[in-house]
Amino acid sequence: MPLDPSFVGHTYPRSETYEVGRAKIREFAEAIGDDHPLYRDVAAAQAAGHPDVIAPPTFATILFGKYSMGAIVDDPELGLNYDRLVHGDMNFAYARPLRAGDRVTVTTHIAQIDTRMGNDFLTIRAEIDTEDGERVITALSQLVVRA
Amino acid sequence: MTVEAGFELPPIDVRVTRADLVRYAGASLDFNPIHWNEQVATEVGLPGVIAHGMFTMALAGRIVTDWLGDPGAVLEYGSRFIRPVVVPGDADGALVEVTAKVREVREDGTARVDITAKFDGKAVLGKAVAIVRLP
Repeated sequence: MPLDPSFVGHTYPRSETYEVGRAKIREFAEAIGDDHPLYRDVAAAQAAGHPDVIAPPTFATILFGKYSMGAIVDDPELGLNYDRLVHGDMNFAYARPLRAGDRVTVTTHIAQIDTRMGNDFLTIRAEIDTEDGERVITALSQLVVRA
Repeated sequence: MTVEAGFELPPIDVRVTRADLVRYAGASLDFNPIHWNEQVATEVGLPGVIAHGMFTMALAGRIVTDWLGDPGAVLEYGSRFIRPVVVPGDADGALVEVTAKVREVREDGTARVDITAKFDGKAVLGKAVAIVRLP
């Protein structure tokens, strides 16, 4: 059954707070095989002008997966078939890099729904903000539910 | 840094094994079994276990962050996932070859870098673009 286009414009409640930790940044950097010092060495990060170690650019996928994918997959009204879901694209726009100590939330919007040849294309916009409301990252991603 | 359009960044080759996929699954919290379970992957019509698109995007992004020095100078990074990277269960895994070229240098000190990631001779990322602040 195709996705209901009336969900376009729907916004899910702001997520709980996620605290970005040094150990998680390091774990993620090691998993992508990246030994850049700004991900693991506080002194090196501060010498480069950052208050603490920064996260690799795609670290935000953790937040997108946990909160944005989480919100839409758990929405019984939307009725998404997770088993048929593939990732079409991802785009991150950074006001600044995420860094250790950041306390952020994710607000998820359904930006667009298209159905072509039986496949559903769902465009999600996720805003990653600090608790104080500073925008850090905007993620825009297309998910495809294969027919 | 004086950079002109057409400049080619130092290329990188990355080898990806099943163990790398399991490790990335844990770090990224994406536990979809198509990235580690052959049976599930083939049941849904895939040629085998495939790498997470976001993992390939992360690996490809290193060509830019290695070159920049400060990964915090990445202002935008996006990609489409157009072909899967199929990762066999042997020790060699899959080879991803990454190249990149500066497409445009802008007056505000930023530049657009176009990234190509290939597996088995074919592009796996589409429109992979980073906008960066030049040092």
